[in-house]
Amino acid sequence: MYFDTIIAGFGGQGVLLMGNVLAYAAMQAGKQVTYMPVYGVEMRGGTANCTVVVSDRPVGSPIIHEPVTAVVMNRPSAEKFGPMVKKKGQVFVNASLVKQGQFETRAKRVSWVPTLELANEVGNSRLANMVMLGAVVQGSGVLTVQQLAEALTGALDPRYHKMIPANVQALEAGASFVSEQKAA
Amino acid sequence: MARRVMIKGNEAIAMGAIEAGCRYYFGYPITPQTDIPEYLSAAMPKVGGVFLQAESEVAAINMLLGAAATGVRAMTSSSSPGISLKQEGISYLAGSQIPGVIVNMSRSGPGLGGIHPSQGDYFQSTRGGGHGDYRTLVLAPSTAQENYDLTMLAFDLADKYRNPVMVLGDALIGQIKEPVELKTYRKKLKEKPWALTGAKGRHGHILKSLFLADGELTDHNWMLAKKYKSMEKEVRFETYRAEDAQLLLVAFGSVGRILRTSVDILRDKGKAVGLLRPITLFPFPNKAVRQAADKAKALMVMEMSTGQMVEDVRLAAECACPVDFYGRPPGSIPTPDELAKEAMKIWRKRGLK
Amino acid sequence: MSAKPKMKKVFDRPKSLKDVPYHYCPGCHHGVIHRLVAEQIDNFGLKENTLAAASVGCSVLMYDYFDVDVVESPHGRAPAVPTGLKRAKPDSFVFTYQGDGDLAAIGTAEIVHAANRGENITVVFVNNAVFGMTGGQMAPTTLLGQVTTTSPYGRSAVTDGLPIRVSEMLSTLEGTAYAARVAVDNIKNLKKAKAALKRAFTYQTKGWGFSFVEFLSSCPTNWKMSAEEANARVGKEMADYFPLGVYKDVRAN
Repeated sequence: MYFDTIIAGFGGQGVLLMGNVLAYAAMQAGKQVTYMPVYGVEMRGGTANCTVVVSDRPVGSPIIHEPVTAVVMNRPSAEKFGPMVKKKGQVFVNASLVKQGQFETRAKRVSWVPTLELANEVGNSRLANMVMLGAVVQGSGVLTVQQLAEALTGALDPRYHKMIPANVQALEAGASFVSEQKAA
Repeated sequence: MARRVMIKGNEAIAMGAIEAGCRYYFGYPITPQTDIPEYLSAAMPKVGGVFLQAESEVAAINMLLGAAATGVRAMTSSSSPGISLKQEGISYLAGSQIPGVIVNMSRSGPGLGGIHPSQGDYFQSTRGGGHGDYRTLVLAPSTAQENYDLTMLAFDLADKYRNPVMVLGDALIGQIKEPVELKTYRKKLKEKPWALTGAKGRHGHILKSLFLADGELTDHNWMLAKKYKSMEKEVRFETYRAEDAQLLLVAFGSVGRILRTSVDILRDKGKAVGLLRPITLFPFPNKAVRQAADKAKALMVMEMSTGQMVEDVRLAAECACPVDFYGRPPGSIPTPDELAKEAMKIWRKRGLK
Repeated sequence: MSAKPKMKKVFDRPKSLKDVPYHYCPGCHHGVIHRLVAEQIDNFGLKENTLAAASVGCSVLMYDYFDVDVVESPHGRAPAVPTGLKRAKPDSFVFTYQGDGDLAAIGTAEIVHAANRGENITVVFVNNAVFGMTGGQMAPTTLLGQVTTTSPYGRSAVTDGLPIRVSEMLSTLEGTAYAARVAVDNIKNLKKAKAALKRAFTYQTKGWGFSFVEFLSSCPTNWKMSAEEANARVGKEMADYFPLGVYKDVRAN
């Protein structure tokens, strides 16, 4: 089993947290995993990205140039990482901020996830990142939503633990969206 | 059951130090190692240890010198420009035979350079680094787990040889987050009869590097040289798919791990390519390289520099086979595909099949 | 003849000093200052509980004379080294012994920050206004007009700046608990020097914080003077620019 992804967006969209939760869940699932944050100086407002590699075998390179999966939370990220994804790979696009035709990709599969709308349904627009993460695991099959939910306690700072139920709801909302699209 | 935690490479260094009984840390902020002092500033008080943010790198290494002179386990960490400043103190540690652990999460240079990963501190680390004819043991981790394990080992080796030990990582190894299996350090620490503990019922101990009497300094240097020679038994390295390799790649640290993936890519294409990753850079795995040079058709060294370790590999190979090189100066991290392509160039150049 | 007259021993070598001759030049004050420090180590019963940091300069060889545990420091780093000593062994008595080149030039950062942190250590600072061991070059404390091998036309305020008054400077720091400047050029001053050292030792042993004693000292060799002339210069020219006295004594009551 091998999976890798570049998760990218604006600083403040919580893309590093997405990577952290994914990596933590992979560890708890007994996988080999690396998480590599982008090397940037901006704390907020700039672009941020991280790479997560999950494998049954020890991970060699934590840096990926042709990812299996890209998760693009804004237009600049879509433009930068969309074209890098492998042909057989998959792009998860934040449909709330990126429109059709705004980026190129060779990837056969592109999932458009209206993260803001789904997050608002859960009751907090800031949970858009967790909505997307739910969609990613459901769409790629790398882990289950249940495994992500179980990782939240370890991956989140204790002061955010009261937000865990809402985070789980957001993960489920994203996963359901992808399932329904598949079914449709 | 062993506890697995998801932590940054830098945090793994800090946790390994505390587990190994280090209770004295002296440091100064510099990217990309600042997670280490940040972590220890919170953790040391909880274990009754001392965290001190010094006024400079120069002061930090000398605080380590003072603390370690009393026999305790002490550490400092920095990144390349800061390590340059520490070299005076490291030379004194070596000359006075005071153990200590120095972590270099190296960045790019020369000068202020940048914060990108780089392996340009290989020479500085393996050739002593400061003034005088001395060596430090150098350990080069490539994963967060190795950061943890080798930091613990660094303290053991420092005590065993009464010598400074350098843990040489880079920005990538420090910033990466990976699962780390935490261990319980069980070794019983040996007494240090040479330490400064107060001259109770004895004459004063002197820890010094100044030797003025006729012949004294010559003897001192010969003694040190013998000690460095005796460190050869500490050689550590790792091989990957090297058994039948016609082209053997040699790399350390972050490039060493990226090349695992490159080797897999090349093996999938049916090319007999393997990897040798030195873990100790001093002492260097000379024998392993020489044996590999006898077995393989060609060696190829890859570094995130314009060529430093390649000199050691060439010396060790003793012309038993050709030694090629690919270097990447700082600015971007080479990807497995790029390195695989470079390896293929040599594969063709050397007519391998 | 009757029985031997009963003799009372009134002067002896402190136990903290080894029974060896000094290498210091005739007329140099290091020997007297060593003795004064050793006396206090004995007085406070600290011989078995003292850790010292030697510095680079003539006094690097202090470990040949003091019979206590000593570690050698790189040039100027002496206040950083005992910071490590004291943090690791807080119950030990820790002191540095530094010259003016070491402390006031290359080691300025270390002394300022050790004082500012209020390290509970004692610094013995020997100011002879010249680099002694390297053969008489200009120091930060060299007096205006003073000829040295690197100020052959005399120290100039324009090109070299004015001599640093370290005791005064360190006294401005909140972390400095005790600072005094003393001399050993005559008996009166010597007694004051003894008292200052005793006070500094009291500060550290009671955990009151950073204590600093500056000794004005002679260097007949590099001043190109006789021992008597050099001794006289300490009390006149040196003390004129570097006034003797207690600059800080936060527990004085």
